[in-house]
Amino acid sequence: MATTMVKEVGSEPAQLLGPESASERTLYPYVTGTSVVALKYKDGILMAADMGASYGSTLRYKSVERMKSIGKHSLLGASGEISDFQEILHYLDELILYDNMWDDGNSLGPKEVHSYLTRVMYNRRNKFNPLWNSLVLGGVKNGQKYLGMVSMIGVNFEDNHVATGFGNHLARPILRDEWHENLSFEDGVKLLEKCMRVLLYRDRSAVNKLQIAKITEEGVTISQPYALKTFWGFSAFQNPTVGAEGSW
Amino acid sequence: MDLKAPHSMGTTIIGVTYNGGVVLGADSRTSTGMYIANRASDKITQLTDNVYICRSGSAANSQIVSDHVRYFLHQHTIQLGQPATVKVAANLVRLISYNNKNMLETGLIVGGWDKYEGGKIYAIPLGGTIIKQPFAIGGSGSGYLYGFFDQAWKEKMTKDEAEQLVVKAVSLAMARDGASGGVVRTVIINSDGVIGNFYPGDGLPLWHEELESHNSLLDILNASGPEPMNI
Repeated sequence: MATTMVKEVGSEPAQLLGPESASERTLYPYVTGTSVVALKYKDGILMAADMGASYGSTLRYKSVERMKSIGKHSLLGASGEISDFQEILHYLDELILYDNMWDDGNSLGPKEVHSYLTRVMYNRRNKFNPLWNSLVLGGVKNGQKYLGMVSMIGVNFEDNHVATGFGNHLARPILRDEWHENLSFEDGVKLLEKCMRVLLYRDRSAVNKLQIAKITEEGVTISQPYALKTFWGFSAFQNPTVGAEGSW
Repeated sequence: MDLKAPHSMGTTIIGVTYNGGVVLGADSRTSTGMYIANRASDKITQLTDNVYICRSGSAANSQIVSDHVRYFLHQHTIQLGQPATVKVAANLVRLISYNNKNMLETGLIVGGWDKYEGGKIYAIPLGGTIIKQPFAIGGSGSGYLYGFFDQAWKEKMTKDEAEQLVVKAVSLAMARDGASGGVVRTVIINSDGVIGNFYPGDGLPLWHEELESHNSLLDILNASGPEPMNI
Protein backbone atom coordinates (compact mmCIF):
# COMPACT_ATOMS: atom_id res chain seq x y z
CA MET A 1 0.00 0.00 0.00
CA ALA A 2 1.48 3.33 -0.99
CA THR A 3 1.89 5.80 1.82
CA THR A 4 1.35 9.40 0.84
CA MET A 5 2.22 12.49 2.78
CA VAL A 6 -0.81 14.73 2.68
CA LYS A 7 -0.37 18.43 3.33
CA GLU A 8 -3.04 19.74 5.70
CA VAL A 9 -5.51 22.22 4.41
CA GLY A 10 -4.51 25.76 5.23
CA SER A 11 -0.73 25.29 5.30
CA GLU A 12 1.44 28.32 4.64
CA PRO A 13 1.78 29.07 0.90
CA ALA A 14 5.54 29.47 1.47
CA GLN A 15 5.88 25.73 2.13
CA LEU A 16 4.38 24.97 -1.24
CA LEU A 17 6.64 27.42 -3.04
CA GLY A 18 9.88 26.12 -1.56
CA PRO A 19 12.30 27.64 0.94
CA GLU A 20 14.11 29.97 -1.42
CA SER A 21 10.86 31.66 -2.51
CA ALA A 22 9.70 32.38 1.04
CA SER A 23 12.25 35.13 1.56
CA GLU A 24 11.07 36.97 -1.56
CA ARG A 25 7.60 37.70 -0.26
CA THR A 26 6.58 40.82 1.60
CA LEU A 27 5.46 39.43 4.93
CA TYR A 28 4.74 42.54 6.95
CA PRO A 29 5.21 46.29 6.70
CA TYR A 30 7.89 48.22 8.61
CA VAL A 31 7.47 51.97 8.14
CA THR A 32 3.80 52.82 7.66
CA GLY A 33 1.56 55.77 7.02
CA THR A 34 -1.98 55.91 8.35
CA SER A 35 -5.32 57.10 6.88
CA VAL A 36 -5.90 59.15 3.75
CA VAL A 37 -9.33 60.81 3.32
CA ALA A 38 -10.68 62.37 0.13
CA LEU A 39 -13.90 63.79 -1.26
CA LYS A 40 -15.29 65.33 -4.45
CA TYR A 41 -16.31 68.96 -4.22
CA LYS A 42 -17.62 71.62 -6.61
CA ASP A 43 -14.38 72.30 -8.48
CA GLY A 44 -12.61 68.95 -8.14
CA ILE A 45 -11.14 66.74 -5.43
CA LEU A 46 -9.93 67.51 -1.91
CA MET A 47 -7.60 65.04 -0.18
CA ALA A 48 -6.08 65.04 3.31
CA ALA A 49 -3.35 62.97 4.93
CA ASP A 50 -1.15 63.46 7.96
CA MET A 51 2.63 63.54 7.64
CA GLY A 52 3.42 60.68 9.99
CA ALA A 53 5.29 57.45 9.28
CA SER A 54 5.32 54.97 12.15
CA TYR A 55 7.85 52.24 12.86
CA GLY A 56 5.66 49.81 14.78
CA SER A 57 4.33 51.79 17.70
CA THR A 58 7.02 54.48 17.45
CA LEU A 59 6.02 57.70 15.69
CA ARG A 60 9.35 57.78 13.91
CA TYR A 61 9.07 60.26 11.04
CA LYS A 62 6.81 63.27 11.23
CA SER A 63 7.35 65.17 7.98
CA VAL A 64 6.58 62.57 5.34
CA GLU A 65 4.55 63.71 2.30
CA ARG A 66 2.06 60.96 1.62
CA MET A 67 0.32 62.76 -1.24
CA LYS A 68 2.05 63.37 -4.57
CA SER A 69 0.86 64.79 -7.87
CA ILE A 70 0.98 62.50 -10.88
CA GLY A 71 1.25 64.14 -14.29
CA LYS A 72 -0.98 67.17 -14.81
CA HIS A 73 -4.32 65.79 -13.78
CA SER A 74 -3.94 63.42 -10.84
CA LEU A 75 -3.06 63.22 -7.16
CA LEU A 76 -2.04 60.03 -5.38
CA GLY A 77 -2.35 59.55 -1.64
CA ALA A 78 -1.02 56.43 0.06
CA SER A 79 -1.20 54.67 3.39
CA GLY A 80 0.78 51.58 4.37
CA GLU A 81 4.44 50.75 3.74
CA ILE A 82 6.27 53.92 2.68
CA SER A 83 9.02 52.12 0.74
CA ASP A 84 6.36 50.46 -1.44
CA PHE A 85 4.72 53.86 -2.00
CA GLN A 86 8.09 55.23 -3.15
CA GLU A 87 8.40 52.28 -5.54
CA ILE A 88 4.94 53.02 -6.94
CA LEU A 89 5.92 56.66 -7.48
CA HIS A 90 8.91 55.41 -9.44
CA TYR A 91 6.69 53.22 -11.67
CA LEU A 92 4.35 56.16 -12.21
CA ASP A 93 7.26 58.44 -13.09
CA GLU A 94 8.16 56.00 -15.86
CA LEU A 95 4.54 55.75 -16.98
CA ILE A 96 4.19 59.53 -17.23
CA LEU A 97 7.56 59.83 -18.95
CA TYR A 98 6.63 57.36 -21.67
CA ASP A 99 3.28 59.06 -22.04
CA ASN A 100 5.00 62.43 -22.57
CA MET A 101 7.40 60.90 -25.08
CA TRP A 102 4.51 60.14 -27.43
CA ASP A 103 4.20 63.92 -27.70
CA ASP A 104 0.74 63.53 -29.14
CA GLY A 105 -1.08 66.20 -27.16
CA ASN A 106 -2.80 63.60 -24.97
CA SER A 107 -1.97 63.03 -21.34
CA LEU A 108 -2.94 60.28 -18.93
CA GLY A 109 -5.96 61.19 -16.83
CA PRO A 110 -6.90 59.97 -13.36
CA LYS A 111 -9.07 57.12 -14.66
CA GLU A 112 -6.13 55.71 -16.64
CA VAL A 113 -3.67 56.06 -13.76
CA HIS A 114 -6.14 54.36 -11.43
CA SER A 115 -6.56 51.51 -13.87
CA TYR A 116 -2.78 51.10 -14.17
CA LEU A 117 -2.37 51.05 -10.40
CA THR A 118 -5.16 48.49 -10.03
CA ARG A 119 -3.39 46.16 -12.47
CA VAL A 120 -0.04 46.59 -10.69
CA MET A 121 -1.53 45.93 -7.23
CA TYR A 122 -3.58 42.95 -8.34
CA ASN A 123 -0.75 41.29 -10.21
CA ARG A 124 1.60 41.65 -7.23
CA ARG A 125 -1.10 40.17 -5.00
CA ASN A 126 -1.38 37.17 -7.32
CA LYS A 127 2.34 36.52 -6.87
CA PHE A 128 1.98 36.64 -3.07
CA ASN A 129 4.28 39.66 -2.99
CA PRO A 130 1.96 42.64 -2.50
CA LEU A 131 2.80 46.29 -2.41
CA TRP A 132 1.61 46.92 1.10
CA ASN A 133 -0.42 50.07 0.43
CA SER A 134 -3.94 51.42 0.18
CA LEU A 135 -3.98 54.07 -2.52
CA VAL A 136 -6.34 56.97 -3.17
CA LEU A 137 -6.28 58.40 -6.68
CA GLY A 138 -8.10 61.62 -7.45
CA GLY A 139 -8.14 64.02 -10.37
CA VAL A 140 -10.00 66.19 -12.85
CA LYS A 141 -9.72 66.00 -16.61
CA ASN A 142 -11.86 67.78 -19.15
CA GLY A 143 -14.27 68.81 -16.42
CA GLN A 144 -14.78 65.23 -15.23
CA LYS A 145 -14.03 64.65 -11.54
CA TYR A 146 -12.64 61.24 -10.61
CA LEU A 147 -11.95 59.71 -7.21
CA GLY A 148 -10.93 56.09 -6.75
CA MET A 149 -9.23 53.70 -4.35
CA VAL A 150 -7.06 50.56 -4.71
CA SER A 151 -6.13 48.25 -1.86
CA MET A 152 -3.07 46.00 -1.48
CA ILE A 153 -5.04 43.02 -2.73
CA GLY A 154 -6.31 44.83 -5.80
CA VAL A 155 -9.83 45.70 -4.65
CA ASN A 156 -10.68 48.93 -6.44
CA PHE A 157 -13.67 51.22 -6.76
CA GLU A 158 -14.69 54.84 -7.28
CA ASP A 159 -16.92 56.93 -5.10
CA ASN A 160 -17.78 60.48 -4.08
CA HIS A 161 -15.68 60.08 -0.95
CA VAL A 162 -13.06 57.48 0.00
CA ALA A 163 -10.73 56.76 2.89
CA THR A 164 -8.05 54.23 3.80
CA GLY A 165 -7.30 52.35 7.03
CA PHE A 166 -8.94 53.79 10.10
CA GLY A 167 -10.52 56.46 7.93
CA ASN A 168 -12.88 53.78 6.63
CA HIS A 169 -14.27 53.24 10.11
CA LEU A 170 -14.11 56.74 11.52
CA ALA A 171 -14.26 59.19 8.59
CA ARG A 172 -16.62 57.55 6.08
CA PRO A 173 -19.65 57.56 8.45
CA ILE A 174 -19.17 61.31 8.89
CA LEU A 175 -18.86 61.74 5.13
CA ARG A 176 -21.92 59.60 4.45
CA ASP A 177 -23.92 61.92 6.68
CA GLU A 178 -22.50 65.28 5.67
CA TRP A 179 -21.20 65.05 2.10
CA HIS A 180 -23.32 66.47 -0.69
CA GLU A 181 -22.81 67.46 -4.32
CA ASN A 182 -21.26 70.86 -5.03
CA LEU A 183 -19.53 71.41 -1.71
CA SER A 184 -17.64 74.70 -1.70
CA PHE A 185 -13.88 74.69 -1.09
CA GLU A 186 -14.38 76.03 2.45
CA ASP A 187 -17.05 73.47 3.33
CA GLY A 188 -14.97 70.66 1.84
CA VAL A 189 -11.92 71.66 3.87
CA LYS A 190 -13.97 71.94 7.08
CA LEU A 191 -15.49 68.51 6.46
CA LEU A 192 -12.08 66.92 5.86
CA GLU A 193 -10.71 68.62 8.99
CA LYS A 194 -13.63 67.24 10.99
CA CYS A 195 -12.64 63.75 9.82
CA MET A 196 -8.92 64.29 10.46
CA ARG A 197 -9.63 65.59 13.97
CA VAL A 198 -11.59 62.43 14.88
CA LEU A 199 -8.70 60.37 13.51
CA LEU A 200 -6.30 62.37 15.69
CA TYR A 201 -8.37 61.57 18.76
CA ARG A 202 -8.92 57.89 18.03
CA ASP A 203 -6.14 56.51 15.78
CA ARG A 204 -2.97 55.59 17.65
CA SER A 205 -0.77 56.11 14.62
CA ALA A 206 -2.11 59.57 13.78
CA VAL A 207 0.23 62.54 14.06
CA ASN A 208 -0.85 66.17 14.44
CA LYS A 209 0.73 67.53 11.29
CA LEU A 210 -1.25 67.32 8.09
CA GLN A 211 -1.61 68.57 4.56
CA ILE A 212 -4.72 69.14 2.47
CA ALA A 213 -4.42 68.90 -1.30
CA LYS A 214 -6.78 70.11 -3.96
CA ILE A 215 -7.00 69.16 -7.62
CA THR A 216 -9.03 71.13 -10.08
CA GLU A 217 -8.95 71.53 -13.83
CA GLU A 218 -6.17 74.09 -13.33
CA GLY A 219 -3.87 71.66 -11.51
CA VAL A 220 -2.67 70.32 -8.19
CA THR A 221 -1.91 72.31 -5.03
CA ILE A 222 -0.76 70.77 -1.79
CA SER A 223 -1.01 72.99 1.30
CA GLN A 224 1.82 73.75 3.69
CA PRO A 225 1.95 71.40 6.71
CA TYR A 226 -0.17 72.54 9.67
CA ALA A 227 -1.57 71.22 12.96
CA LEU A 228 -5.17 71.05 14.19
CA LYS A 229 -6.44 72.30 17.54
CA THR A 230 -7.86 69.56 19.75
CA PHE A 231 -10.41 69.82 22.52
CA TRP A 232 -9.82 68.42 26.00
CA GLY A 233 -12.05 70.71 28.04
CA PHE A 234 -14.90 68.35 28.88
CA SER A 235 -15.60 68.45 32.62
CA ALA A 236 -15.75 64.65 32.54
CA PHE A 237 -12.07 64.59 31.59
CA GLN A 238 -10.95 66.47 34.69
CA ASN A 239 -11.67 63.81 37.30
CA PRO A 240 -13.05 60.77 35.55
CA THR A 241 -12.76 58.41 38.49
CA VAL A 242 -14.33 60.63 41.13
CA GLY A 243 -17.19 58.79 42.74
CA ALA A 244 -16.08 55.50 41.21
CA GLU A 245 -15.35 52.63 43.56
CA GLY A 246 -12.54 51.22 41.49
CA SER A 247 -9.79 52.27 39.16
CA TRP A 248 -11.89 53.05 36.09
CA MET B 1 -9.93 47.33 13.88
CA ASP B 2 -8.94 44.50 16.15
CA LEU B 3 -11.78 44.82 18.64
CA LYS B 4 -10.83 41.54 20.27
CA ALA B 5 -7.40 42.87 21.25
CA PRO B 6 -7.16 43.32 25.02
CA HIS B 7 -7.48 46.85 26.38
CA SER B 8 -3.91 47.88 27.00
CA MET B 9 -2.52 51.07 28.43
CA GLY B 10 0.51 51.40 26.17
CA THR B 11 1.34 54.27 28.44
CA THR B 12 3.99 56.45 29.89
CA ILE B 13 4.11 56.48 33.70
CA ILE B 14 6.57 58.33 35.92
CA GLY B 15 7.18 58.68 39.67
CA VAL B 16 9.71 61.18 41.04
CA THR B 17 10.73 62.00 44.62
CA TYR B 18 11.53 65.57 45.60
CA ASN B 19 12.51 67.39 48.78
CA GLY B 20 9.29 66.81 50.77
CA GLY B 21 7.20 64.34 48.79
CA VAL B 22 6.58 62.67 45.45
CA VAL B 23 5.15 63.62 42.05
CA LEU B 24 3.40 60.93 39.99
CA GLY B 25 2.65 61.48 36.32
CA ALA B 26 0.97 59.61 33.45
CA ASP B 27 -0.52 60.04 29.97
CA SER B 28 -4.22 59.30 29.37
CA ARG B 29 -4.44 56.91 26.40
CA THR B 30 -6.03 53.45 26.58
CA SER B 31 -5.99 51.43 23.36
CA THR B 32 -7.76 48.37 21.96
CA GLY B 33 -5.30 47.38 19.25
CA MET B 34 -4.81 50.54 17.22
CA TYR B 35 -8.09 52.17 18.32
CA ILE B 36 -7.99 54.63 21.20
CA ALA B 37 -10.76 53.33 23.45
CA ASN B 38 -10.34 56.09 26.02
CA ARG B 39 -8.41 59.29 25.27
CA ALA B 40 -8.79 60.71 28.79
CA SER B 41 -8.16 57.80 31.16
CA ASP B 42 -6.94 58.29 34.70
CA LYS B 43 -4.00 55.93 35.21
CA ILE B 44 -3.03 57.26 38.63
CA THR B 45 -5.21 55.39 41.09
CA GLN B 46 -5.67 55.93 44.80
CA LEU B 47 -4.71 53.12 47.20
CA THR B 48 -5.00 55.10 50.44
CA ASP B 49 -5.18 58.80 51.37
CA ASN B 50 -1.40 59.04 51.17
CA VAL B 51 -0.41 56.37 48.63
CA TYR B 52 -1.19 56.29 44.90
CA ILE B 53 -0.27 53.87 42.11
CA CYS B 54 0.54 54.43 38.41
CA ARG B 55 -0.76 51.63 36.18
CA SER B 56 0.59 50.38 32.85
CA GLY B 57 0.21 47.31 30.66
CA SER B 58 -3.08 45.43 30.64
CA ALA B 59 -5.88 47.74 31.83
CA ALA B 60 -7.87 44.84 33.30
CA ASN B 61 -4.91 43.31 35.17
CA SER B 62 -3.73 46.62 36.64
CA GLN B 63 -7.24 47.56 37.77
CA ILE B 64 -7.81 44.28 39.56
CA VAL B 65 -4.41 44.40 41.27
CA SER B 66 -5.13 47.97 42.48
CA ASP B 67 -8.60 46.97 43.67
CA HIS B 68 -7.19 44.04 45.68
CA VAL B 69 -4.45 46.15 47.23
CA ARG B 70 -6.95 48.90 48.13
CA TYR B 71 -9.11 46.26 49.86
CA PHE B 72 -6.22 44.83 51.90
CA LEU B 73 -4.78 48.24 52.74
CA HIS B 74 -8.17 49.39 54.01
CA GLN B 75 -8.31 46.52 56.47
CA HIS B 76 -4.65 46.99 57.39
CA THR B 77 -5.23 50.71 58.16
CA ILE B 78 -8.11 49.85 60.50
CA GLN B 79 -6.02 47.22 62.33
CA LEU B 80 -2.94 49.46 62.52
CA GLY B 81 -4.89 52.50 63.72
CA GLN B 82 -2.89 54.91 61.52
CA PRO B 83 -2.17 55.53 57.83
CA ALA B 84 -0.33 52.71 56.03
CA THR B 85 3.26 53.32 54.99
CA VAL B 86 4.31 53.48 51.33
CA LYS B 87 6.57 50.44 51.90
CA VAL B 88 3.67 48.28 53.09
CA ALA B 89 1.47 49.36 50.17
CA ALA B 90 4.24 48.64 47.67
CA ASN B 91 4.93 45.23 49.15
CA LEU B 92 1.28 44.25 48.96
CA VAL B 93 1.36 45.14 45.26
CA ARG B 94 4.53 43.09 44.89
CA LEU B 95 2.97 40.03 46.55
CA ILE B 96 0.07 40.00 44.14
CA SER B 97 2.26 40.67 41.10
CA TYR B 98 4.83 38.04 42.09
CA ASN B 99 2.46 35.27 43.11
CA ASN B 100 0.41 35.63 39.94
CA LYS B 101 3.28 36.32 37.58
CA ASN B 102 2.11 33.75 35.02
CA MET B 103 -1.24 35.43 34.58
CA LEU B 104 -0.52 39.13 34.96
CA GLU B 105 0.90 41.63 32.47
CA THR B 106 1.15 44.90 34.32
CA GLY B 107 3.98 47.25 35.31
CA LEU B 108 3.29 49.48 38.31
CA ILE B 109 4.82 52.43 40.13
CA VAL B 110 3.75 53.00 43.76
CA GLY B 111 4.35 56.45 45.23
CA GLY B 112 3.30 58.24 48.41
CA TRP B 113 4.23 59.98 51.61
CA ASP B 114 4.28 58.70 55.18
CA LYS B 115 5.54 60.24 58.44
CA TYR B 116 8.36 57.72 58.93
CA GLU B 117 10.16 57.82 55.57
CA GLY B 118 8.70 60.89 53.83
CA GLY B 119 8.19 60.72 50.06
CA LYS B 120 9.07 57.35 48.48
CA ILE B 121 8.75 55.69 45.05
CA TYR B 122 8.73 51.92 44.45
CA ALA B 123 8.83 50.37 40.97
CA ILE B 124 7.14 46.98 40.48
CA PRO B 125 7.78 45.80 36.92
CA LEU B 126 6.55 42.59 35.22
CA GLY B 127 7.36 39.53 37.31
CA GLY B 128 6.90 41.21 40.69
CA THR B 129 10.36 42.58 41.44
CA ILE B 130 10.26 45.49 43.87
CA ILE B 131 12.81 48.30 43.60
CA LYS B 132 12.95 51.46 45.67
CA GLN B 133 14.20 54.33 43.49
CA PRO B 134 14.53 58.12 43.69
CA PHE B 135 12.59 58.17 40.43
CA ALA B 136 10.95 55.51 38.26
CA ILE B 137 9.66 55.37 34.69
CA GLY B 138 7.46 52.72 33.10
CA GLY B 139 5.19 51.79 30.24
CA SER B 140 5.95 51.64 26.53
CA GLY B 141 6.67 55.39 26.39
CA SER B 142 9.40 55.12 29.00
CA GLY B 143 11.77 53.64 26.40
CA TYR B 144 12.07 57.13 24.95
CA LEU B 145 12.94 58.67 28.32
CA TYR B 146 15.93 56.74 29.66
CA GLY B 147 18.44 59.09 28.05
CA PHE B 148 16.38 62.12 29.02
CA PHE B 149 16.29 61.19 32.70
CA ASP B 150 19.95 60.17 32.77
CA GLN B 151 20.65 63.77 31.83
CA ALA B 152 17.83 65.76 33.45
CA TRP B 153 17.33 64.08 36.83
CA LYS B 154 18.92 65.65 39.91
CA GLU B 155 18.62 65.17 43.67
CA LYS B 156 16.72 67.50 46.00
CA MET B 157 14.46 69.22 43.46
CA THR B 158 11.67 71.50 44.61
CA LYS B 159 8.02 70.52 44.17
CA ASP B 160 7.62 72.74 41.11
CA GLU B 161 10.86 71.56 39.50
CA ALA B 162 9.81 67.95 39.99
CA GLU B 163 6.36 68.51 38.49
CA GLN B 164 7.81 70.43 35.50
CA LEU B 165 10.21 67.57 34.88
CA VAL B 166 7.39 65.00 34.96
CA VAL B 167 5.14 67.00 32.62
CA LYS B 168 8.03 67.61 30.19
CA ALA B 169 8.98 63.93 30.21
CA VAL B 170 5.46 62.58 29.66
CA SER B 171 4.96 65.12 26.89
CA LEU B 172 8.21 64.03 25.17
CA ALA B 173 7.20 60.38 25.39
CA MET B 174 3.73 61.15 24.00
CA ALA B 175 5.37 62.80 20.99
CA ARG B 176 7.08 59.57 19.97
CA ASP B 177 5.09 56.68 21.46
CA GLY B 178 1.92 55.87 19.52
CA ALA B 179 0.60 54.07 22.57
CA SER B 180 0.79 57.20 24.73
CA GLY B 181 -1.14 60.41 24.27
CA GLY B 182 -4.01 62.63 25.34
CA VAL B 183 -3.54 64.71 28.47
CA VAL B 184 -0.86 64.65 31.19
CA ARG B 185 -2.17 63.98 34.69
CA THR B 186 0.00 64.54 37.75
CA VAL B 187 -0.55 63.78 41.43
CA ILE B 188 1.61 65.48 44.07
CA ILE B 189 1.72 63.83 47.51
CA ASN B 190 3.37 65.37 50.59
CA SER B 191 2.72 66.08 54.28
CA ASP B 192 0.07 68.67 53.35
CA GLY B 193 -2.00 66.19 51.36
CA VAL B 194 -2.67 65.35 47.72
CA ILE B 195 -3.04 67.65 44.71
CA GLY B 196 -4.06 66.39 41.27
CA ASN B 197 -3.31 68.41 38.12
CA PHE B 198 -4.43 68.22 34.52
CA TYR B 199 -2.45 69.40 31.47
CA PRO B 200 -4.52 69.17 28.27
CA GLY B 201 -2.85 67.96 25.06
CA ASP B 202 -2.92 71.33 23.34
CA GLY B 203 -1.32 73.11 26.31
CA LEU B 204 1.87 71.05 26.26
CA PRO B 205 5.16 72.29 24.79
CA LEU B 206 5.94 71.63 21.13
CA TRP B 207 8.87 69.41 20.26
CA HIS B 208 10.84 68.72 17.06
CA GLU B 209 8.70 68.65 13.91
CA GLU B 210 5.57 69.60 15.84
CA LEU B 211 3.64 72.72 14.81
CA GLU B 212 1.43 75.37 16.43
CA SER B 213 -2.18 74.31 16.10
CA HIS B 214 -5.00 76.07 14.26
CA ASN B 215 -8.75 75.72 14.07
CA SER B 216 -8.66 75.27 10.31
CA LEU B 217 -6.49 75.57 7.20
CA LEU B 218 -8.90 78.31 6.10
CA ASP B 219 -7.66 80.58 8.89
CA ILE B 220 -4.10 80.18 7.66
CA LEU B 221 -5.01 80.76 4.02
CA ASN B 222 -7.07 83.85 4.78
CA ALA B 223 -4.49 85.31 7.16
CA SER B 224 -1.49 85.23 4.90
CA GLY B 225 -3.24 85.95 1.62
CA PRO B 226 -2.44 84.24 -1.69
CA GLU B 227 0.87 82.52 -1.35
CA PRO B 228 2.68 80.06 -3.61
CA MET B 229 2.06 76.56 -2.34
CA ASN B 230 4.04 73.37 -2.92
CA ILE B 231 3.15 71.37 -6.01
